[in-house]
This record gives sequence, C-alpha cells and structure tokens, in this order.
Amino acid sequence: MSQVHTSTVAVIDYGMGNLHSVAKALEHVADEHTQVIVTSDPAVIDAADRVLLPGVGAIRDCIGEMHNTGLVPSIQKAMREKPFLAICVGIQSLMSHSEENGGVDCLNHFEGNALFFGDNHKDHDGSKLKVPHMGWNQVKQSISHPLWQGIPDNARFYFVHSYYVVPSNQNEVAGTCDYGLEFCVALARDNVFAVQFHPEKSHKDGLQLYKNFIHWDGKP
Amino acid sequence: MGLAKRIIPCLDVDNGRVVKGVQFVDIRDAGDPVEVAKRYDEQGADEITFLDITASSDDRETTVHMVEAIAAQVFIPLTVGGGIRTCDDIRRMLNAGADKVGINTAAVFNPEFVREAAQRFGSQCIVVAIDAKKVSAEGEPDKWEIFTHGGRKPTGLDAVEWAKKMVDYGAGEILLTSMDRDGTKNGFDLGVTRAISEAVHVPVIASGGVGNLDHLVDGVTEGKADAVLAASIFHFGEYSIQQAKQRMADAGIEMRLP
Repeated sequence: MSQVHTSTVAVIDYGMGNLHSVAKALEHVADEHTQVIVTSDPAVIDAADRVLLPGVGAIRDCIGEMHNTGLVPSIQKAMREKPFLAICVGIQSLMSHSEENGGVDCLNHFEGNALFFGDNHKDHDGSKLKVPHMGWNQVKQSISHPLWQGIPDNARFYFVHSYYVVPSNQNEVAGTCDYGLEFCVALARDNVFAVQFHPEKSHKDGLQLYKNFIHWDGKP
Repeated sequence: MGLAKRIIPCLDVDNGRVVKGVQFVDIRDAGDPVEVAKRYDEQGADEITFLDITASSDDRETTVHMVEAIAAQVFIPLTVGGGIRTCDDIRRMLNAGADKVGINTAAVFNPEFVREAAQRFGSQCIVVAIDAKKVSAEGEPDKWEIFTHGGRKPTGLDAVEWAKKMVDYGAGEILLTSMDRDGTKNGFDLGVTRAISEAVHVPVIASGGVGNLDHLVDGVTEGKADAVLAASIFHFGEYSIQQAKQRMADAGIEMRLP
C-alpha cells in the first residue's frame, strides 16, 4: 500500500541518544499527510518541510557529534529556511556559548549563553533547591506565538536540566519559568522556536505544541 | 508557582502482568501493564515506573515489547528497572522508549557500572535504586543499611553514605525504598527519606509503605522527598492518582493538577 505524504518532519539523529519518544509523540499528533523521519542524512534534512533538533546529555558531546556527523551546515540551512524546533539540549546548542564541560562554543543562532544553576542553588526563601531541575514546572508565555496556540498560560511542562539559557536579546524570549530565579525556557525568532522542556514527555500540552509545530508555517 | 512534587505509580511486572507483592511474597494480579499505564496517564500521573521483577532473564524480550507499547501511548516520563546490569541492557530499554533506567543490585556489586552508565547515557537517565533497612536499635542513633535480594541480604553499606557515593558516580536521581515498610501500608520510613534527601543534591523518590494519602503528604513535608512512589493503593482502586494529587495540593504541596 502506498501512501501519499505531502509534508515531512525530519528529526535530526546525530547520535545523541533517544529519539524514540520524540518521534513517537510527533507520529501521535501527525495526520495522514505528515511523515516523521528520524535521519542523519543531510539530503533528507535539506528536503524536509520541517526540522526538529533534539538533544540530551552533555553539550560538548552534542556539539561534537553535530560537527562529526557533518550536519551543522544542514542544521544552519534549515534554521534559515523552514520551521525549526529545538528541544532540551537543542536550545542550548543554539546559543553562542555554554559554560558546561569547561566551556563550549555553540552554534550561535541566538546570542547569549547557557549557565549552570550551581551546586548551591537556592529558592527565593533561601531553601536549597535540587539540581538538576527535574519535573513539572509552569511556563509563562512571554509572547503569543503559533506554537503556544491551544496551550494555557502557565501550563506545566516536564523538565530535566542543570543548565539554562540567558539570551542577550530579551525580545527573543518566548517563555519563562521560575526555579529559584526566573529564567528563559523558550526562544523564538522568525522560523526558529526552541524550548528547554520536553514536549514529548509533557502530556497533552506537550503534544499540542508538537501538533502546532506540524502545522506551523514558520511565521511568528 | 514552581516545580511540582511528583506522584509516580509503580508497576511491578512479573511474566507480563502487573503484580504487587506484600513484602515481596503474596503476589496479587493487577492487570495488563499497558492498560494500567494508560489508566494512570489519564488520571494525571507525573511519571510511571515499570519494575520488571520476572525471575528468569529469558523473558526480557516481553519486557522490551511492553515498554515499547507503553512508550507509544503514554507521553510522560517512563522509568524501567529490574535486571539492568550492563550498558547493553540500558541501551535496549532506552531504545524501547524508556526515559530513565533504574539500577539496583548491579550498582551494589559494581559501583563503577553507575559511573560508566552516567558517562555514556547522561546522568539524567540514571536512577539508582536503594533498598534500605533500619539497623540501629532503639535508643541508638539512626542507621540504615543497604540490603539486596528483596531485603534478605545485608551488604554492610550505610544507606546515606551509599546514596552520596552514587550521586558522586553520576546518579541523576535516587529511588529509595524502605524494606522495613514495603508492602506494610504503614507509611514511608520518613527518617531515612529525609536523611538521604538532605544529603544529596539530586531528586529523591520515596517508596515503600504507602497505605493512605496522608502518607504521600508526609513523604514530602516530613521526608523532604521530591517525588512519591506507590503501587498497591492505586492498583486496586482504593485511590485514584487525581485524589492523591488533590490531597497533596490541599496540604499546601505544589502539584500538577489538571
């Protein structure tokens, strides 16, 4: 049986871990016209209608593997041309620099850095906070955006991370979260959107974000 | 506003069925793991733990297929534990759709395995499961020891020191089960929960002994746990996840409510 697909979403596989849940969540919300492809092939990424950049683990390994696999030009091309979504370490990889692993230069799509919460991270009342920031936290939507459509403000998403992004341009912040300090958890500029949390693990609101991405034309 | 405490229903799975042993002996059937996982997901569980307690390792394929089926339908974090002894075991479970793996006995016999696993897969997916029993007598300072083999074999390892060591080796989370309390419905061992939660910087999941919803509240307020795990109170319909979350929220605990 052949199926006609009119649109493809490429999930970039650059060797950094588990893409199963990302692909499964996208497939769960995709209609029959949308095909989800997990790929490390630059040609497939270049031909895709939409591109998702996942990421887990340490930033040095992530950036290293992006270079080793030769996928950086395709990632950068996609960020110039089509709807692009980065998640978790993916958002950190789009910053200028991360202080993880003794300092790593990243892809510099968003000006700014990824910083460590610190071993002695405290809540506003002075009580000690666990690091990593792991679990469900509320996301305040800083702007209205097609990817927030149908998702209530302050909805909870699932996080697991020890580093957070600090963009230089406040007008690129699309969402924030509070964990001892208010920090950026979503960035948006033109056709690129990036989030610190895991939509694929964030139940119905996470699935809604993926659904929005699948239908996004890349306009803010 | 802030990070919510988590409720984690645990599926103890033996030969493809959810079971719950009282002190690991009297095993009751509680259904098909995929159906049970979906039910908890719909009720608002924050995460699901799948613990494979099948004795023979021949049935690991069954576990892999079940994890795949759960991961394809349940979009919240999924931890898989039981029989994780090698990096290949971990890779297999992550590829099947697990987000984290629980390492228990293998960590005790080979602590370097935890270090290797954390380096290879990242701390975010390595949960070290600790089975502790109180060994201090009445009147002595509190002391808890690590036990293996379902609480039967002492190891001589101090539970708090062990937890700290496991975090140093790269554990991203600690799943702490009190073997004195497991299956008793008398509530968590709040002493060891608090001692370990205050000693490590990673999240601690309290487990073992939940018999009512107040126990869940106590685990967080007195035990300082970041998450609470329970099985039988949910499996047999005594309480729903929703009821549990509402009760915790009413007690002033930050929760993720629908």
